[in-house]
Amino acid sequence: MRVALIDAGGANLGSVRYALQRLGVEPELTRDADAIRRADRVILPGVSAAATVMRQLHALELVDTLRSLRQPLLGVCVGMQLLFEHSEEDDTPCLGLLPGRVRKLEVASDLRVPHMGWSRLQRERDDPLTAGFGDSDYAYFVHSYAAPVTDACIASAAHGRTFAAVVRQGRIAGAQFHPERSAATGARLLGNFLLADAA
Amino acid sequence: MPARRVIPCLDVRDGRVVKGVRFRDHVDMGDIVDLALRYRDAGADELVFYDIGASPQQRTVDVAWVERVSARLDIPFCVAGGIRDVATARTVLHAGADKISINTPALERPALIGELAAEFGVQCVVIGVDSILEADGEWRVRSHTGDPDRMQAPKKRTLDWIVEAQALGAGEIVLNCMDNDGVRRGYDIAQLRAARASCQVPLVASGGAGAMAHFAEAFGTADVDGALAASVFHSGQIEIADLKRFLHDAGIEVRPGPSASQIVAAW
Repeated sequence: MRVALIDAGGANLGSVRYALQRLGVEPELTRDADAIRRADRVILPGVSAAATVMRQLHALELVDTLRSLRQPLLGVCVGMQLLFEHSEEDDTPCLGLLPGRVRKLEVASDLRVPHMGWSRLQRERDDPLTAGFGDSDYAYFVHSYAAPVTDACIASAAHGRTFAAVVRQGRIAGAQFHPERSAATGARLLGNFLLADAA
Repeated sequence: MPARRVIPCLDVRDGRVVKGVRFRDHVDMGDIVDLALRYRDAGADELVFYDIGASPQQRTVDVAWVERVSARLDIPFCVAGGIRDVATARTVLHAGADKISINTPALERPALIGELAAEFGVQCVVIGVDSILEADGEWRVRSHTGDPDRMQAPKKRTLDWIVEAQALGAGEIVLNCMDNDGVRRGYDIAQLRAARASCQVPLVASGGAGAMAHFAEAFGTADVDGALAASVFHSGQIEIADLKRFLHDAGIEVRPGPSASQIVAAW
């Protein structure tokens, strides 16, 4: 299987690559539109700001490529936020593959932002992407912005407000948490994505 | 609010895990990756690797082992020791560390905190604070604590430094209460409570864990986000799965460990 791991900056690129290797897949790190179109699966990681990654995608002329992909696409963390229409972070227009706007998490006296740590996933609906998840799966999050719970949301988490932790709509999928650092739960999500039907 | 984190700290020297009491008398504990995976399997939420050779010897962290850990470990980890500039931080983060922890270099040049936060985001920037109760009743920081012969007292109040570090861009504070370190009589709850009141970012307790009740006290009474410990885990005195069951029963939200499926079933 060909897995294209998009290199649009972000320090967790190596960690995502290792997580795929642990599942027996050697991804192709790429910034090339043809390589991305040739892949069976495409992963857009990102530890950075939404605007920074979008700027990179524009500079690499990958925005149209990502919008017109026919194979399954997984966005991770900021990569997932970019799937939506817009991010409040630096007022950034995003890929618009999923409806909704990404907003900042509210700071409160008992709520530390960034939301950093292991939070419990709440099932919103059954989906092949979260097959095998139990009732008390925790995932590792590091983020200050979050996507809304929409029809695309298959698992949510809460930090102050409830937000989308895992989304899928057809071939478009995303995880707000870091599967590469979420132990068995993260490995299961990545494994399910690799197994997903291309439909 | 995420689950409270249980964080084993592994001291690393020359690519091996070592242990010592009060920074002296180090004994070889084994291979870094083997021990990291053992703690992961036991249910650790995060690991801190403290390169105890790097700081005193003015070396930077050897990133080969960071890369080895990142390739195998699937929980977050932080690297401390020997990171003095943005370039070194970048090398360590790109080798796969999720966070870097800075102590003495931040005291020597506080602007470094802001430089790191601007470059990598506050979530990567952990400030380690070594603190001692002085005769006048004030907690003050210590620097160069990696080598007892070079330890210095920069005359900075611990709580002032915690506020200053956050203003500069610290994303997390690890408060090591040196009076309690290695002696297993419990975390310094009074100091942690005081720190909590001045800390809007995650606060991690360090120094003094000797019993499971000490963790419950740090989470429950001092409201810390994580609790770090070394010797009680390394010696096997406290098993992480048992600790998590204990904390759960005490009403504290923790993530069940992967090898603790029987615990999940019981929940």
